Amino acid sequence: MERLEKTFARASERGETVLVAYLTAGYPALAETGPLIEAVCSAGADIIELGVPFSDPLGDGPLIQETTHAALERGVTAAAVLEIVAGARENGVDVPIMLMGYCNPFLRYGLEQLYADAAAAGADGFIVPDLPAHEADDWLAAARTHDLGQVFFSAPGSSPERLRATAERSRGFLYALAANGVTGIREELDPGIDAYLSRVGEATGSTLPVCVGFGISRPRHITALRGRAAGVIVGSALLRAIGDEQTPAGRILAASKLIGELKAACR
Amino acid sequence: MTGRFGDYGGQFVAETLVGPLEELWSTYLEARQDSAFEAELNGLLATFVGRPTPITRLRRLGIEPHGVTIWLKREDLTHTGAHKINNAIGQALLAHRLGKRRIIAETGAGQHGVAVAAACAYLGLDATIYMGRVDAERQLPNLQRMRLLGAEVRLVDQGTATLKDAVNEAIREWITHPDTTHYLLGSVVGPHPFPSIVRDFQSVIGREAREQFLAAAGQLPDAVIACVGGGSNSIGVFSGFLDDPVRLIGVQAAGDGSGSLGRHAAPLLYGEPGVLQGMRTYLLQDDDGQVLLTHSIAPGLDYPGAGPEHSHLKDSGRVEYLTASDDEALDAFQELARSEGIVPALESSHAVAAALRVAPTFARGSQLLVNLSGRGDKDLTSAMAAIGQRKEQTGGAA
Repeated sequence: MERLEKTFARASERGETVLVAYLTAGYPALAETGPLIEAVCSAGADIIELGVPFSDPLGDGPLIQETTHAALERGVTAAAVLEIVAGARENGVDVPIMLMGYCNPFLRYGLEQLYADAAAAGADGFIVPDLPAHEADDWLAAARTHDLGQVFFSAPGSSPERLRATAERSRGFLYALAANGVTGIREELDPGIDAYLSRVGEATGSTLPVCVGFGISRPRHITALRGRAAGVIVGSALLRAIGDEQTPAGRILAASKLIGELKAACR
Repeated sequence: MTGRFGDYGGQFVAETLVGPLEELWSTYLEARQDSAFEAELNGLLATFVGRPTPITRLRRLGIEPHGVTIWLKREDLTHTGAHKINNAIGQALLAHRLGKRRIIAETGAGQHGVAVAAACAYLGLDATIYMGRVDAERQLPNLQRMRLLGAEVRLVDQGTATLKDAVNEAIREWITHPDTTHYLLGSVVGPHPFPSIVRDFQSVIGREAREQFLAAAGQLPDAVIACVGGGSNSIGVFSGFLDDPVRLIGVQAAGDGSGSLGRHAAPLLYGEPGVLQGMRTYLLQDDDGQVLLTHSIAPGLDYPGAGPEHSHLKDSGRVEYLTASDDEALDAFQELARSEGIVPALESSHAVAAALRVAPTFARGSQLLVNLSGRGDKDLTSAMAAIGQRKEQTGGAA
């Protein structure tokens, strides 16, 4: 939790928006994930969201589905993702790394063991899109034991009661879904996003940072959200930039360039 | 906690769907208290669906050679040809009450899709139905029926292009349009409250069957047998007998009978508890928690999980779960047609096959009730092709 808290506190002091970069572990290859993490951190990513692949990623659109499918074909497991995290720490990566994945592979690993191993590897918490806060007692207990973050989501249609209950249980930050639907690149932000983020802000108070994700792909999206949210999360756009390149070096360059442009809009 | 069946069930969904699920549950609870809703539903069940469906006593199967009487609950005689219409019409009425005029649904065998398309046409709702491309190819008549009834059918190529993948796409569509769309889920699966709502709409099967059986046979059946894919026809008929001293037997698909991974669809026998598509239930999964491929000749059974209430009924021992293979189902398909004049769905053929297999274990004079969940018109092409292929492989001996 400490790394997460420091990251948001530092950005707040500097008047910056926190940039969360999503990468699917093992895409396009297990050996490339570590270098990609280091590259996007050097380019300005403040937090890494590292995807643990699942056969049925229900909250994801075609881009992330394809990358998780490719990672599974390469045999990427939750244990392999923890090794990536440990490797990144050994190589001096010091930004928070959040593990994103669906319930079943995590449950299969065993929650208590998973959270212990994640903490030991140097991960900072979990983001589980098919785990609403009211189903998360065991997960939260494990997160508290190992001092890890446990990020829950708010949706544009969430009621005020639901927003408050979710915010109360979130550890680290709240993930505000910018739109209904699945992950993917969107041209424009939802016109109702200001009003929605105001409702979220009322529910979270000033204590819990809010990061906005889903569809965020361009600097102008980030500029429009300045002051409205502590952070933004970019996934599909980064994966597309990576997927468009044919060589490992090309992928590093493309990822760094995009993150550099997006980070500039955060300042 | 609401929505739990022992350790199973729950609501493992994207936050976007929590509000719509809460709204669905509260609207359903209100509707159940509303006599006008009940009257409308019962009226439609009588005049549109064709209820009550009869029970039929078989004249030869079971009696020869085991001395056991087999009865069928005839859900194949409903409008659109399967039990699915009971739930489709009920949820379509709920959608009206929710003020949602657009319906999305998934289908495996196509029977749920046809039922949704028919209910939506009758009630003036828009229907979009997701179907795996593999299932669409093996159930072509149902694909044509859905389109004729005015539904938009979207073919799904992901995964194995079968039922599980159709459910995934329907859920993704629902997450995208939760305010305007009702997801008319077709079985007792998915997040709370679907397993409860679908069970309640299908419980008409068990209520009718119990009453009819008592009237016709003067006793309760010794056993009730039904096939289990998602598990809605079986929960429907079992619900009428849960408190009775009646053996309840659910039949899952053993596929090619080898027991190999990816060659069957029997999570209640070979799976372990896990979370998929909003529910905690028995699931076919590997050591890393990835969902495994399945196979059954019956598209409606070709699913790696089963409803959470079934998982609970398994653990509590109230229901016994068996399997029947593709071959056994094809044999039963032919036997019921030839000896009794009834062409069953391949799904229901699994239940018939299991009934014939367990019949010798019952005392002579025992009475077995099989829920014939649907009729087999939709399966003629794929079943006849499979039967032809078997004949070739066995040199015409089959």
